[in-house]
Amino acid sequence: MSEPIVRVAHVSKAYRRGKQSVEVLNDLSLEIPAGEFVALMGPSGSGKTTLLNLIGGLDTPTSGEITVAGQRLDRLGSGALAAWRANHVGFIFQSYNLMPMLSALRNVELPLLLTRFDAAKRRANAMAALQLVGLAERATHKPSELSGGQAQRVAIARALVADPVLLVCDEPTGDLDRKSADDILHLLQTLNRDYGKSVVMVTHDPKAAGFASRQLHMDKGSLLDAGSPP
Amino acid sequence: MKFLPLVWATLWRRKTRTIFTLLSIVVAFLLYGVLETVDYAFSHPANSVTGADKLITTNKYSITFSLPFADLQQIRGVPGITEVTWITWFGAYYQESKNFVFALPIDTDSYFNLHQGGFIVDPAELEAFRNNRSGAIVNVDLMKKFGWKVGDRVPLHSTIWTQRNGSLDWSFDIVGTFSAKDPAEATQQSSTFLFHYETFDEGRSFGKGDVGWFEERVANPAQAAAIARQVDALFANSPNETKTQPAADFTLAFLKQLGDIGFILRAILGAVFFTLLFLTGHTMMQSVRERIPELAVLKTLGFSGGQVLGLVVGESLLLCVIGASLGLALSFATLPILKQGLQGVDLSPRAIVPGFAVAILLAFVIGLPPALRAMRLNIVDALAGRG
Repeated sequence: MSEPIVRVAHVSKAYRRGKQSVEVLNDLSLEIPAGEFVALMGPSGSGKTTLLNLIGGLDTPTSGEITVAGQRLDRLGSGALAAWRANHVGFIFQSYNLMPMLSALRNVELPLLLTRFDAAKRRANAMAALQLVGLAERATHKPSELSGGQAQRVAIARALVADPVLLVCDEPTGDLDRKSADDILHLLQTLNRDYGKSVVMVTHDPKAAGFASRQLHMDKGSLLDAGSPP
Repeated sequence: MKFLPLVWATLWRRKTRTIFTLLSIVVAFLLYGVLETVDYAFSHPANSVTGADKLITTNKYSITFSLPFADLQQIRGVPGITEVTWITWFGAYYQESKNFVFALPIDTDSYFNLHQGGFIVDPAELEAFRNNRSGAIVNVDLMKKFGWKVGDRVPLHSTIWTQRNGSLDWSFDIVGTFSAKDPAEATQQSSTFLFHYETFDEGRSFGKGDVGWFEERVANPAQAAAIARQVDALFANSPNETKTQPAADFTLAFLKQLGDIGFILRAILGAVFFTLLFLTGHTMMQSVRERIPELAVLKTLGFSGGQVLGLVVGESLLLCVIGASLGLALSFATLPILKQGLQGVDLSPRAIVPGFAVAILLAFVIGLPPALRAMRLNIVDALAGRG
């Protein structure tokens, strides 16, 4: 078994909502080996997205340790976390979250603005990412001129362009019809199998979860089972 | 620089709103450019006493206070002064108050002698003016404006001087015309209407024996400053102390009687920028509020809080600098028009550096609050719609 790309140890996470403290994750531990495609499933409020946010370095745990790609995320400040995210993780959201005023190419280029690449190199890499998701011919189109499936492909290209080791997907097919959803899931599968990207995907959809190599089920802030790594 | 296309695209995310905001900034800086230039012109007279060949002596405290005619002899006695004339502000209009007439009661011989070569005037008409106590000699532009002809008897209404019969209406026979020899002075003199001081002094019901100001010509302009000091020294500690200055500065001082020009201009600018601050500031806040999810995505992609702050401030900076550039450019385009209306005032585009400084300051004041909000954005809350 390969080294875990994600190691979550005894993590708890509580949010303050007004005067109340709401515990969302409770002493959760988990390991995801590099190169795995994991689907996180569970009812609303079970803590899936919170766990995904912690793995992606968008949030920090109340207690416990999170190590992703060899880096202890729970020890990083917000600036260091931002720099880490830029280099190690790609995000794919349910509602694509593309910049409406930028073309597909410019959207994909965004993460590369944080690198030392010159404009030509940024353009070339962004175009290569668009080619990978099959949307090179739509490079100049704005998000409003793309279908949902195409917009999500652009979002995947944006997530890939900085060559992260981990893709974090929050309901990536939630807004798509079945066919587009399957296309996206096939693409994620390809990225996992052929390009070695580790994928952690939150989904409600059992069919989507079927594309993953392992399914994890959560409820009330805990993992119900750890599935079985391949 | 690599972030500029992103900032530019964000700026034009809502074109109509950006255009209207930009227009408000352009108008504010157009006003700023014009008023700053005028204010500078009024507060920094370009003329030094040394080098002036004509001096004006007024009451030290205000040109609205008169001086005794008797001062004339003492002024004439100052070495280096070759001619002295005396003039009074008549404050007149023709038929309606909008028909302003720059009417001045003068002493014919000394006035035309002092301004020798300054006017194009028919010697016969000048002679006719000398010989007619109720006569007037009028600028050709004013004649055309009101359709007057030589030989007409025209009434002027003074806003200051009542006649002995209590009337503010005075009548004059136009006996001749004149025009400015120097085209640069043509506009300044275009409303001038000259008549006899003796007629005015005999006819007025108060202030007899007083004059508005004296005008002197000096033999050696290099001595003008010393001569001006000598004139003022003559009347030091008297009930009517004087202030002697170059004729061009007197024009400015005269215009300043309209009020504290600097204060008025600054008050206008203050009101304009105060309004702009709130208007543009509100627009920026609203713009950032609408983009909370997008800003959260940028942070998700790895943009630091400082970089997000920089993007929002950059947007504000770009907006203000473009608006200021257009506004200031437009204000400079209006300078030729202003110069026509403010003869004697030295106008030049002086608002560039302070204008851009104001634009940058404005950009930070309106850009920082939303930028700080964007910087402190919690990604998880913002993506969940709780930002």
